[in-house]
Amino acid sequence: MTPEKLKLASHVKAINWNRIEDEKDVEVWNRLCNNFWLPEKVPLSNDIQSWATLTPDEQLLTMRVFTGLTLLDTLQGTVGAVSLIPDAITPHEEAVYTNIAFMESVHAKSYSSIFSTLASTKEIDEAFRWSVENVNLQKKAQIIEGYYYGDDPLKRKIASTLLESFLFYSGFYLPMYWSSRAKLTNTADLIRLIIRDEAVHGYYIGYKYQKGLEGLSAERKAELKAWTFELMFELYENEVQYTHDLYDSVGLAEDVKKFLHYNANKALMNLGYEAMFPSAVTDVNPAILSALSPNADENHDFFSGSGSSYVIGKAVNTEDDDWDF
Amino acid sequence: MSAIAAEAAVGRIASRITSSPLIYFSSASDNTHRFVVKLGVDAARIPLLTREDTLLAQEPFVLLLPTYGGETRRGAVPKQVIKFLNIPENRRLIRGVIGAGNTNFGDTYCLAGDIVAEKCNVQHLYRFELMGTSEDVDRVREGLEEFWTRLSQNTTQQ
Repeated sequence: MTPEKLKLASHVKAINWNRIEDEKDVEVWNRLCNNFWLPEKVPLSNDIQSWATLTPDEQLLTMRVFTGLTLLDTLQGTVGAVSLIPDAITPHEEAVYTNIAFMESVHAKSYSSIFSTLASTKEIDEAFRWSVENVNLQKKAQIIEGYYYGDDPLKRKIASTLLESFLFYSGFYLPMYWSSRAKLTNTADLIRLIIRDEAVHGYYIGYKYQKGLEGLSAERKAELKAWTFELMFELYENEVQYTHDLYDSVGLAEDVKKFLHYNANKALMNLGYEAMFPSAVTDVNPAILSALSPNADENHDFFSGSGSSYVIGKAVNTEDDDWDF
Repeated sequence: MSAIAAEAAVGRIASRITSSPLIYFSSASDNTHRFVVKLGVDAARIPLLTREDTLLAQEPFVLLLPTYGGETRRGAVPKQVIKFLNIPENRRLIRGVIGAGNTNFGDTYCLAGDIVAEKCNVQHLYRFELMGTSEDVDRVREGLEEFWTRLSQNTTQQ
């Protein structure tokens, strides 16, 4: 593929943050700034002992998973988020994309912090060489990249949302798995920060996609919806192969696939579409879900009856002037 | 909010009075709104803009609200919901909370629902992600029906 030169925003006006067209731009900008972090803040070196308890196969898998994630973050930082700028509806949206682009570069760099803490230069170089040679990894990057260089702004947003909210998860599974077994817990803390950022990115780009749909004909909307599901299937098939290729050696592929289905549904929801995978195949291992979010367990479902053991929080005295959260 | 301010608010919001048993907030992304549409029950939406007059509940209700990814408790509850709950009558009639969120936000998943449940001493009845799956919709629809039946049987306790 010989990519065309990326288009730049055709016309730039001084951005006035005192005149807001879409409150979501300010809300997301503030959220991203409040969530800002750097890998140096996470004490990764505390994982060195834990790393030594992994088998050589497990270490190799972990290195490969992280170089795969590095490739996606690099793609999103260098091309993906930047490619969305020329089609922004508001000037503040352009600024949010620059924020997203930078943060993706922070994510990409943070994997290198993990590597330099845990592995040798030789192991690191080998993992990066693997990332260039792995067919399924290269394929997913190429599919997405093709649309980033393409000329349909809405398809760019679809591809970008599916990258942010779906494609990362075959990789994110592993540090959650290690964390659930009390391994590489500091690395998992860092990954959780990345997951949180990607969730805001996917939410925002999906929201802007839906804004872009407003006012379009029913035919065009139907075409884009069908296209979204086709792309999801294409990416999903590739993800399944990628998952087997990586995780078969440790027997986790089936567990990872449930996590893929669960996240594919959430990616579609970010684009405003209904979930595609039925609950029978989205029953993520509770240990993984609780590594992701300690509040996500079933004990919080009062309706289903399993919440009968729910202990209500002690009421906080509420004064009329106490509602300043 | 002082009593005087509350009275003034009541005077202004005659058209905002609601008897819906489900009151919800949804931001411009409409995720929570879509969930409520799928639920297909009588529901009232808290106005999107904070400067607009808020709702005034007339009957017991369950509050459905989203949480966006925040690191701390502060700022977890949307301002529009705070404005709504600043009215003592609304707090008096709240019977339960349902939270919407995203597990990717870790331990702040559905945090706004926890905070409101704690502050108002009601149950955080259910949590779901984004616009909810069809299973979430079914469970909440059935759960709410059962919840209101149970409450009406226990009215003497109120």
